[in-house]
Amino acid sequence: MKKNSILIVDDEASVRDSLYNWFLEDGFEVSCAEDASKALKILDHEHFDIILADIKMPGMDGLELLRRIKQIKPDAIIIIITAFATVDTAVQALKDGAFDYVTKPFDPDDLSHLIRNALRQVSLKEENETLRERVSALEQVEDIIGESQAVKKMLTEVEQVAQSNTSVIITGESGTGKELIAKAIHANSLRKFFPLVSVHCGALTESLLESELFGHEKGAFTGAVYTRKGRFEMADNGTIFLDEIATISSKMQVELLRVLESKSFVRVGGNKTITSDFRVICATNRDLKKMVNEGSFREDLYYRLNVVNINVPPLRERKDDIPLLVNYFIAKYCKSMSRPLVNMEAAAMKRLQDYDFPGNVRELENIIERAIVVGNGKEIKLRDLPLSKPVTLSKTESLNDLEKQHIAQVLTKYSWNISRAAQALGIDRVTLYNKIKKYDLKQ
Amino acid sequence: MAINTMKQVNQINLISFGITDKALLEILRAEIARIFSCKVNHKEARTELGQFFDGARRQYNADSLLQMVDQNYSKAESKTVGLFQVDLFIPILTYIFGQAYLNGSSAVASGYRLVDERYGIKTNRQNYPERFLKEVIHELGHNFGLIHCRNIGCVMQASTYVEDIDLKNADFCPVCRKQLEQ
Ligand SMILES: Nc1ncnc2c1ncn2[C@@H]1O[C@H](COP(=O)(O)OP(=O)(O)O)[C@@H](O)[C@H]1O
Ligand SMILES: [Mg+2]
Ligand SMILES: [Zn+2]
Ligand SMILES: [Zn+2]
Repeated sequence: MKKNSILIVDDEASVRDSLYNWFLEDGFEVSCAEDASKALKILDHEHFDIILADIKMPGMDGLELLRRIKQIKPDAIIIIITAFATVDTAVQALKDGAFDYVTKPFDPDDLSHLIRNALRQVSLKEENETLRERVSALEQVEDIIGESQAVKKMLTEVEQVAQSNTSVIITGESGTGKELIAKAIHANSLRKFFPLVSVHCGALTESLLESELFGHEKGAFTGAVYTRKGRFEMADNGTIFLDEIATISSKMQVELLRVLESKSFVRVGGNKTITSDFRVICATNRDLKKMVNEGSFREDLYYRLNVVNINVPPLRERKDDIPLLVNYFIAKYCKSMSRPLVNMEAAAMKRLQDYDFPGNVRELENIIERAIVVGNGKEIKLRDLPLSKPVTLSKTESLNDLEKQHIAQVLTKYSWNISRAAQALGIDRVTLYNKIKKYDLKQ
Repeated sequence: MAINTMKQVNQINLISFGITDKALLEILRAEIARIFSCKVNHKEARTELGQFFDGARRQYNADSLLQMVDQNYSKAESKTVGLFQVDLFIPILTYIFGQAYLNGSSAVASGYRLVDERYGIKTNRQNYPERFLKEVIHELGHNFGLIHCRNIGCVMQASTYVEDIDLKNADFCPVCRKQLEQ
């Protein structure tokens, strides 16, 4: 991948060094100049994606530098750094064609947002220059394992929906990989330079959720020493992922609808309206349509969220993927526990393929992790799997078996005292006699 | 040549500056040993931090602290991280969680801004060791030559907010790990 380049122009060595290190860590090709004329000399023979220049420098100042660069390269992306007292001149800078300005010292978050905005501008520029061929291959989906038709279909849907801005609702049982799909959508969208912010709605009380989503002002309540951005604000230009959306209260449903419609809100304890440009992806393991019919989920909110629906099928409906997932998780956990790679004996694999996985991929993952811990370090055996019984018994058989066993145990416990056993079982004596006869139980 | 793969480094040194939480230090030591498959040493420093305090900003200068750690505590064939509990800044930014020499042998990280209470949230203190751990792994990653990574969940994702830290794992994505282990 090509590195982005930046030129830092500042007369203060400590500022140059700080920024140099910061951008280096961020993966930039970084050059520095200590004054405007040195900067112009470098620009003579080198191209930079972004130029970051201090406004106050001895000799030629930042504004003059900006004008000169703009004359030669009208579409250069230049960001001006100002000190607090010179905001007026910063406005002038914008008029003269600066991409933006920052007042020092700046919040790391603001700098990072500014730079991502600039990079997006860079990539738009490049797109205009060379009609870029459509990116057909999905990015960052290598950890979505599965070759089944179901998984392939899902990935096609991800590809179709990723680049648009529509709301997506991901449905499926718990542990099927809904969050993974949300990540894939974000990673393949134009918003990928900005954060994907997750909120696990089910884990928070109503008041916590409110401050979590909207943030709070400094001093909003005791202990709020700093202002804190909410998740919607953090997701500006990015994506917000609302997990377990069905769990939010009716009051929050109203609030959420309002935010989705206006894309603006107020922090808790504040009065300034904040706008944020985010995309919404939700997930739920519930049947939202049914909840709408029952009146526990707002219909208007439902339609706003449910523009596109991606359904993640349960693992038992794509059993072909089980061996692939098993191998993937074995590799993952052996590596993270720093153990040599283990195999799985055929009988154990067979048992997993016969199993129903009510907890889906998450359950399989937990089973493998546990098996590696308890196993002999060479091969995962059937006995390392915590699956008590193969689920091949029909329902009536298993229930009857269970009842028979249980009654026999209770009878033994009370030494076949029928009254006391019946009392313990919560049935009358006649029923107990009938069951003893039915199951042919003997003392 | 820079020593920046795990094979070339035989030790990681954690130098704590005024951190009294023994349990935290032990978690950091054990987890970093596991993540980097490497011996990890912990030492308590006695350096007086007053000289690094900037009275006007009421914060500690992370550039000078990093230089001090590099000069006084780093050793050959090892990486050294200074662990702090004070508010760090660099001249151009209002605060930082930590920083490192890219491809170098020293880093600094502070837990000061990683505590929920600082932001007025009285939720759980339990996330504190994990945030600190991720911060230290991240800075060490820079020492090993890794730059910020866009793979979701990777510890080398840039974090400017505590919540960003919560969104990532305490481990490297496959791409970063491969570079570490090459
Ligand atoms: N197709 C898949 N390939 C690899 N890992 C998966 C897959 N689907 C789910 N997982 C893993 O299973 C666990 C549960 O997935 P998650 O996305 O949290 O499920 P959900 O949000 O539907 O409850 C996660 O650790 C995830 O990485
Ligand atoms: Mg989930
Ligand atoms: Zn970093
Ligand atoms: Zn990575």
